[in-house]
Amino acid sequence: MSSNSASAYWAANLRLIVTCLVIWFVVSYGFGILLVEQLNTIQLGGVKLGFWFAQQGSIYVFVALIFFYASRMNKLDREHGVQED
Amino acid sequence: MDLQTLTYIVVGSTFALYIGIAFWARASSTSEFYVAGKGVHPVANGMATAADWMSAASFISMAGLIAYNGYGASVFLMGWTGGYVLLAMLLAPYLRKFGKFTVPEFIGDRYYSQAARIVAVICLILASITYVIGQMKGIGVAFSRFLETSYELGLYVGMGIVFIYAVLGGMKGVTYTQIAQYVVLIFAYTVPAIFISLNLTGNPIPQLGLAGTMTDGSGMTMLDKLDLVVTELGFKEYTTQVMGSTLNMFAYTVSLMIGTAGLPHVIIRFFTVPKVRDARSSAGWALVFIAILYTTAPSVGSMARLNLMQTIQTGPVGDVTANLVYEERPQWFKNWEKTGLLKFEDKNGDGRIQYYDEKGLGEKATGFGWKGNEMVKVDRDIMVLANPEIANLPNWVIALVAAGGLAAALSTAAGLLLAISSSISHDLLKGTFTPNISEKNELMAGRIAMAGSIFLAGYLGLHPPGFAAGTVAIAFGLAAASIFPALMMGIFNKKMNSAGAVAGMIAGISVTMFYVFQEKGILFIPGTAEMLQWEGYTKSWFMGISVNAFGAVGAVVNFVVAYVVSKMTAPPPEHIQHLVEDVRVPRGAGSATGH
Repeated sequence: MSSNSASAYWAANLRLIVTCLVIWFVVSYGFGILLVEQLNTIQLGGVKLGFWFAQQGSIYVFVALIFFYASRMNKLDREHGVQED
Repeated sequence: MDLQTLTYIVVGSTFALYIGIAFWARASSTSEFYVAGKGVHPVANGMATAADWMSAASFISMAGLIAYNGYGASVFLMGWTGGYVLLAMLLAPYLRKFGKFTVPEFIGDRYYSQAARIVAVICLILASITYVIGQMKGIGVAFSRFLETSYELGLYVGMGIVFIYAVLGGMKGVTYTQIAQYVVLIFAYTVPAIFISLNLTGNPIPQLGLAGTMTDGSGMTMLDKLDLVVTELGFKEYTTQVMGSTLNMFAYTVSLMIGTAGLPHVIIRFFTVPKVRDARSSAGWALVFIAILYTTAPSVGSMARLNLMQTIQTGPVGDVTANLVYEERPQWFKNWEKTGLLKFEDKNGDGRIQYYDEKGLGEKATGFGWKGNEMVKVDRDIMVLANPEIANLPNWVIALVAAGGLAAALSTAAGLLLAISSSISHDLLKGTFTPNISEKNELMAGRIAMAGSIFLAGYLGLHPPGFAAGTVAIAFGLAAASIFPALMMGIFNKKMNSAGAVAGMIAGISVTMFYVFQEKGILFIPGTAEMLQWEGYTKSWFMGISVNAFGAVGAVVNFVVAYVVSKMTAPPPEHIQHLVEDVRVPRGAGSATGH
């Protein structure tokens, strides 16, 4: 594998990580902590929305994010020919 | 059958199950053992990781802290799950590609330095021992209730059992045993939650019950009802009370998240999956199984609090007959009084129990003829274990919870003790100081280290620095301030050199330890904190950040010091920079090897 392709692969990986971590940050630190008071004015079922994100929603998003990242990376591995086997 | 007998039977049969599986798996897996790297399926690995990871802090302690800190305890929920996102993206796949067995080995090789490896070992030992103290607190609580004895005696019995359990070693190493432990643990956690959710809201799914409406005819949502019940007694509103300040909650969450990604016993699990791609998805599966407990915990916490409050305050606040008569207290109350973790004191001599927040209720309480809060001690760590009894659930459910709590506490404590003993015998003695040590002596050193750690952790567990989850949070802070930055920069910054990494780790863990010991005592020994305090010292003096959250600050110090020092010293040699490039791509991953 040429060093050019390696750096392209790494750059694509970094872009993906940054995208995922922005979402990770927004749902937990954003919705769950910094904006909790504003979101608490909205009710979701019988729960305040900010409270819900802090105790439920953020965890669901974390799970989804990891599987999203794993599947995108598997695709990226093949595109750049760096997959195992 | 009475509760005590039933509990013995359930706890005994789960232990028999673990031992049985350990023997069965050992017999059939000797051939697999030599096919290095074949490993287990990511889903199975994820489940085992979840069992390994969820300790007394998660099972016994966390819901109790949620019950009393409401929204503020969200830091535990987000902090102990969000770290897996960091693991999956920033560490696991690259460490798997690197293919070594221990975290200090990676740090020693990546930073081409024995000094870096030794510093990493010391940081790991400090974090792990603190972690074990937290487990000991949980084990002490569980055994004291289980054997109906004092907390201290429960702790001694627990120490003995942990020692036997950890020395048996093999039980821990077998993935299938951990899968069984996960099943017991999650069953024990969710079954009472389903019952209680059904009782209070009519919804069998606790996650939905949290948002449900009370079935008591009030027409209020469960959380509104809880807010009302606690605020009437002067406590802070459940859904909005914060832990410290917003900044403190932010730092607390950061500390737990990056601590998760820096703790050796979690990282190691990703070294042994078959492929790099499996390391990514395995973190996801681990989080799925963890999330089942973590999304149930908010329901357990809030509903336990509501049940507890309504057991003691049976009617309108201020009505004389609305407070529970002490002589008529339920059996669970008497049982927990025996442990010393629940204490009542009849301050106004009326024979009834008044449980309220003195500061919050103020003058109003005096008007009712109340002379102070009479529940002088309600240890948060008893909430999960007492919860099914408070809710009048059948005895077999209560017995099951005891078995689940012990499984969670014992498996994690044993795992950590093994990590401590192997880092002393393998990384320190064999790898550094006495390379020619015989295998027999290496094992002996490991056992001695393990016994020493149990003794130390047990002694410190007699006067724990906090509730189980709080103590464990300090352990995460230490890992966050030392290991995580070194690992992350090792992969994402090719120019990070040995001097920078070592200086960063030392600076990060030192400031964190100083801040923690200043409040909790040097090495958590009671009465030694004053030596580090200056005149006018107040708790959480640094921007209001509590000791449990300070790992976030320590990590920032680590990153900054490492970066500055690396800029002032020579860059790492060429072959190390190639090594980093190689770690970044999956292709060519061999199986994991030891030194």
